[in-house]
Amino acid sequence: MLWFILRRCGSAVLVLFLSSVLIFLGIRALPGDPATVMAGQEASPAAIEAIRKEFGLDKPLPAQYLDYVGQTLTGNFGRSTQDQLPVADILAERLPVTLELSLLAMLVAIVVGVGAGIVAAVRRGKLADYVATGFGLAGLSIPHFWLGLLGILLFAVTWRVLPASGYVPFTEDPAGNLQRMILPALVLGTGFAAILMRQTRSAMLGALSADYVRTARSKGLSEAKVVGAHALRNSLTTVVTVLGLQLGALISGAVVTEQIFVIPGFGKLTVDAVLTRNYPVIQAVVLVTVIGYVVVNLLVDIAYAFLNPRIRLSGGTRD
Amino acid sequence: MSLLEITDLKVGFDTEDGHVQAVRDISLTLDEGEILALCGESGCGKSVTAMSIPRLLPPATTRLTGSIRLDGRELTTLPEPEMRQVRGKTVSVVFQEPMTSLNPSFTVGYQITEVLRRHERLSRQAANQRAVELLELVGIPAPVRRMKEYPHQLSGGMRQRVMIAIAVACSPRVLIADEPTTALDVTIQAGVLDVFRDLRDRLGTAIILITHDLGVVADIADRAMVMYAGRAVEQAPVAELFARPRHPYTLGLMNALPSAAVNGRLAEIPGMVPSPLSDPDQCAFHDRCRFAQDDCRASRPPLERQGDDHLAACFHPGGQS
Repeated sequence: MLWFILRRCGSAVLVLFLSSVLIFLGIRALPGDPATVMAGQEASPAAIEAIRKEFGLDKPLPAQYLDYVGQTLTGNFGRSTQDQLPVADILAERLPVTLELSLLAMLVAIVVGVGAGIVAAVRRGKLADYVATGFGLAGLSIPHFWLGLLGILLFAVTWRVLPASGYVPFTEDPAGNLQRMILPALVLGTGFAAILMRQTRSAMLGALSADYVRTARSKGLSEAKVVGAHALRNSLTTVVTVLGLQLGALISGAVVTEQIFVIPGFGKLTVDAVLTRNYPVIQAVVLVTVIGYVVVNLLVDIAYAFLNPRIRLSGGTRD
Repeated sequence: MSLLEITDLKVGFDTEDGHVQAVRDISLTLDEGEILALCGESGCGKSVTAMSIPRLLPPATTRLTGSIRLDGRELTTLPEPEMRQVRGKTVSVVFQEPMTSLNPSFTVGYQITEVLRRHERLSRQAANQRAVELLELVGIPAPVRRMKEYPHQLSGGMRQRVMIAIAVACSPRVLIADEPTTALDVTIQAGVLDVFRDLRDRLGTAIILITHDLGVVADIADRAMVMYAGRAVEQAPVAELFARPRHPYTLGLMNALPSAAVNGRLAEIPGMVPSPLSDPDQCAFHDRCRFAQDDCRASRPPLERQGDDHLAACFHPGGQS
């Protein structure tokens, strides 16, 4: 098991290395010379040269890359061109907001999606199944922005039970924070819940017709045990896969959701940075996103191994 | 009174193609310590008959009538919570497919102790100890180590033995074994049959053995019921059945045994099993039977006494006209 985790960590580091090279080269490949931009339009060649030297832009590319990696590893992402604040500080401020939103959305999705999926599978062909499948289809088809606007209209304007937008840090006002986060989390989690519901349902249907479920019944176990332990355990691999794959969608969903609800999170930061061509911020945002993906995939792989003894014990990638 | 009494059992399934009648009027009795073989080819209703006892057929699509009494208690109308007390405790099942009948995500030990903790209310420790004994009983070497292993680490024969260990864990009164040896090597087959015999001798467990292997029937069973197209066509003690088979279908099955081959060629029964969708009033076997005459096509032969403790449903038993 330990060997398996170590190997997976090794490949994760490799992916991170390759993506850092890509990000580095990608920025260098963009048209325009940062030194000329920074020096201004009227600068003398000597001044430009000085800036080049100061930022190490005169060094060969491999040396520049090493500098970049060294800086990044020590937490120095440079300064935002917009307000000259250190990018690391901006990330530290924005990232927790989006993490909270994503976690809440994921919680909604898991509770609603997996729960409804199990119920739909167990009550296959009955009313509950049709209701769950119908909501699943709707949840999948409705775009975030429309659902968000509808939510604001109903909860904030018509019924006046929730604030329309804004953000308060959890540490300052926990109740106010949750009050403002609940609607965005529901909006962001809906599509996710729909996908999870459909996948859980089909995985559970497969598991429920398996021979080992019949064996479990022949032992005289309660239906809760048959469904909740024997069938669900074998469906979890699918659920975890979908969770991992959909986390990417969660990030892009967060971009839209944060715009609608004016939440100062990572998604909003990304959009603002792109709109103002704030290269240091974009670079950092892309890197953090890649790290997020890699870490999630690593966790999914490890979760697989825990769930499936065939992977855990062979230590390999067999089926 | 017999331990188990099945009377006029009819089982059908609602399918997309219509109603399929899998079992038609089966009656049988089973005494304590008796090993009854249900024989017949695939689709003759032998598994459905047996699985009706612990009610393991899909409830939504199954249409069942008739009576199944265990120790005088009617099982067909027993409320589900009470039925769960019966399953795994009084009536247990060894399934046909050892490769898929164990849960791939749980250890062998867990799957055995689960049934012990459910019915015997044993502590974790006591259940573990008992499970090791059970693995020993079914002839699995190094049982303590096997407890922690998963089904995929075991061979098919081993998995079947684990299945048997689970089924016999709570000393059932009736054990249903659905083709328990079909997927196994001949050498392992003998060992599995020994486990059944031992169980019967020590605990007086009655066993319903579903098989199409007449060799196994001759080896272990006390009595056999031959089924065809959902009906019993012959029933007799095994020695009597092999000495004097009365129904042409039983005869055909015996001639199809490899040991009965003439000139190295197995005798087969010509033709196909009739569709379970229709049930005309005639002998279901007539169009495959070399003794069939007009009366076989005119009405269905009833299951009648053909001698001491020997029933057969044929107008021309043993080929007489």
